[in-house]
Amino acid sequence: MGEDKDLKKPSRSRRDWEDDTLKKHLDKHPEWKEDFITTSSVPINRLYSPDDIKDFEYLKDLNFPSQYPYTRGVQPTMYRGKLWTMRMFSGFGTAEESNERYKYLLEHGETGLSVAFDFPTLYGFDTDHPMAKGEFGKCGVAISSLKDMEILFSGIPIDKITTSMTINGPAAILWAMYIVNAEKQGFSKDQIGGTIQNDILKEYIAQKSYIFPPEPSMRLIVDTFEYGYKHVPKWNTISISGYHIREAGSTAVQELAFTLADGLAYVEEAINRGLDVDDFAPRLSFFFNAHNDLFEEVAKYRAARRIWAREMKERFKAKNPRSWWLRFHTQTAGCALTAQQPENNIVRVTIQALAAILGGTQSLHTNSMDEALALPSAKAVRIALRTQQILAHESGVANTIDPVGGSYFIETLTNQMEEETYKYFDKIDALGGVIPAIEKGFFQKEIANASYLYQKEIEKKKRTVVGVNDYVLDEPLRIELLKMDPEGEMRQINRLKELRAKRDNKKATESLDTLKNKAEGNENLMPYIIDCVSAYCTLGEITDVFRNVFGEYKEEPIY
Amino acid sequence: MTEKKIRVLIAKPGLDGHDRGAKVVARALRDAGMEVIYVGLKQTPEQIVETAIQEDVDVIGLSCLSGAHTYLFPKVMELLKKNNVEDILVTCGGIIPDDDVKTLNEAGIKGIFGPGCSTEDIVEFIKQNVKR
Repeated sequence: MGEDKDLKKPSRSRRDWEDDTLKKHLDKHPEWKEDFITTSSVPINRLYSPDDIKDFEYLKDLNFPSQYPYTRGVQPTMYRGKLWTMRMFSGFGTAEESNERYKYLLEHGETGLSVAFDFPTLYGFDTDHPMAKGEFGKCGVAISSLKDMEILFSGIPIDKITTSMTINGPAAILWAMYIVNAEKQGFSKDQIGGTIQNDILKEYIAQKSYIFPPEPSMRLIVDTFEYGYKHVPKWNTISISGYHIREAGSTAVQELAFTLADGLAYVEEAINRGLDVDDFAPRLSFFFNAHNDLFEEVAKYRAARRIWAREMKERFKAKNPRSWWLRFHTQTAGCALTAQQPENNIVRVTIQALAAILGGTQSLHTNSMDEALALPSAKAVRIALRTQQILAHESGVANTIDPVGGSYFIETLTNQMEEETYKYFDKIDALGGVIPAIEKGFFQKEIANASYLYQKEIEKKKRTVVGVNDYVLDEPLRIELLKMDPEGEMRQINRLKELRAKRDNKKATESLDTLKNKAEGNENLMPYIIDCVSAYCTLGEITDVFRNVFGEYKEEPIY
Repeated sequence: MTEKKIRVLIAKPGLDGHDRGAKVVARALRDAGMEVIYVGLKQTPEQIVETAIQEDVDVIGLSCLSGAHTYLFPKVMELLKKNNVEDILVTCGGIIPDDDVKTLNEAGIKGIFGPGCSTEDIVEFIKQNVKR
C-alpha cells in the first residue's frame, strides 16, 4: 500500500508541474522547435519521470550484471575486470601493406585485429579475375590464397591476439586459411581465437556481398558452427550483424529487430540440422552500429541483450547461461561521417563510441575522420584509436557498470525498443520467416523507406547535419589521404601466377574434385575446404566449385 | 501536349555493394517526375551501356563507393563513345576524392555528386544539362 502511494505521488505532482509551472513558462518562452526526434525519427518527450516506467521491476527487467536477462551487461565486473577490446577494422592493398598497418596499430595500443577484405575477396574472386578489375585492395586487403594469409599475419602473435574477419559469402574458406596458417605457425586449433562475420542473411538484406542462394549459404554457416565447437572452441563462428543494415539507412529499431530475427533464424537452422543449442549458441556473437543519437543507441544495446536472453531461454530452451548471452562488437557509424569539415568527425566518433561503451560493448572499432573521403591515413586511424583510449582511461565512463541504468529516459527507451522489435518479429513471422521476407523484399523496402525519409529530413532542414546543411564552410578543406602502393596489384597478380605454377597441381585438383563431390552431398564441408586451402587452391578456385554446385544468388533491384 | 519524361538509368558498376545513395537518388528522381530504371548491383560497364541503349535513356547515373570509379566510370564513357551514344548525360556519385574529379571530367562525366550533396541539386543538374 505504501508503495502504491509513492508511485502515484510523482504522477500527481507531475500533472501539477505541467499545468502550473510548465504551461506558464511555455507561454512566455516557447521551445525552439516543434518536434524533438531521434536519429531514427522517433519523437522524444520533454521529460521522463517515474510514471513512464510504472511497471518497472528491477530483478525482472534489469537484474544485476551477469544475471538473466543481462540488461546491465553479461560480465559481473564489466570494464573494471577487462576493458573492451580495441579492434580497428583495417586492411588495404596487398597483404604486405596491411600487415604493416596491423603492426602499427598493435604498437599504438590496439588490443584485437580486424581484417577488411577487398571486394573481389568478399565475392570469392582472385585478384586476376575480370570482375576484380579496378577493385584490387580498394576497400580492404586482397587475399586470394593461403600464401597471402601467411604474409598478412607474419610476425603477429596469433596465439595471443584475437582476429575478427569481415567475410561472409566465402567465410568458411577464409577461416580455413586462418586455421591452416595458424597450424603452420605452430598453433593448434584450440589455441586460436577470433570471429568470422559469416552472416549471410544481412548480406541479402543490406550489405549485398552474397554469392550463393540462401539454402546452401545456410548450410555452409551451420557447417562452421559445428566445426567450430568441435575443433576451434575459442572461435566465434558468426557475428550476426546489424551494422550494415543501419548503414544502408535503417532506423535503430529496424537494425535491432532485423539482426535479432536473423540470429533466431540461424539458431533454428542449426537446431533443424540436429545440433544441440547449447553446443553452438555460446559461440554466436553480434555486431551493432553506433550512430549519433547517444541514448537511442544505448537503449538499443540494452534491449538487444534482454530480448536475446529471453528468446534463447524461453523459445529455444537453452540451458547453458552462455547461450543466453548476447556479446557484441560495435563500430561507429560510417554513414554519419561527413566529407565536409572532416575534423568534426572526431567529435561524432567520440559520441558514438561513448554510446557503445555505455551500452556494454565487448569490442569496439572507431572510424577515422577521413573515411567519407578515402581509406584512413595512418594519422587518422591513430586518432580514432586514441579516442577509445581517452574514453577508457580519462573519461571515467568505464568505472562503473551500466552507468545509465535506472534512468527514467533510458529505461523507457529500452522498453520501447523491445516492444517495437517484437512488432517486427510478428511481421517477419507473418511473411513466413526471414528468408521468405528477404525474397519478398520486405527488409529492403523498410530500409529504403527509412533512408529516404532521413535524406528528406536533412534536405528540408528538419534535421541539422553540421557542416552539411548548416554551419557550412566554403573553402575546400585539404587533408592528407592514404596513398597505396601503385605496384601492389601487379605484384599480387604475379604472386598468384607463381603459386599456380609452383604448387603440387595434382594435389590441388584432387582436393577440389573431392570438395565438389562432398558439396553435392550432405557432409560438413569444413575439413574438405581445409584440404583445398592446404593444397594452395586459390579462393577463386574453391568458390568456383561452390558456384558450380550451388549456383549464384541474384536479387530483384528495389528502391 | 505532355512533355516527354526524362529517362534515367541508375546503376552500380563493379562489385561495390553500398547501394543506399543510388536508391535514394533513384527515388528522388522518380519523385521529381523522371522515369527511373534502377538496375542495381554488380553491373559491368558493358551491361550498363547495353541497357542504356536498349532503354533509350537520356541520363546515366553511376554510383561507386569502393574506389573503383577511376577504372569503371571512364570505361563506361569509352563504351558510350564506341556505340555512338555520347549524347547521353552521365553523372556520378560516391566516394570520389578531389584528385579524381579532373580525371572523370576529362572522361566526359559532367556532374559529380559526393557525400552530403542534396538530391534537389542532382535533379536540377539533370534538368539543366540533359540533351534531348
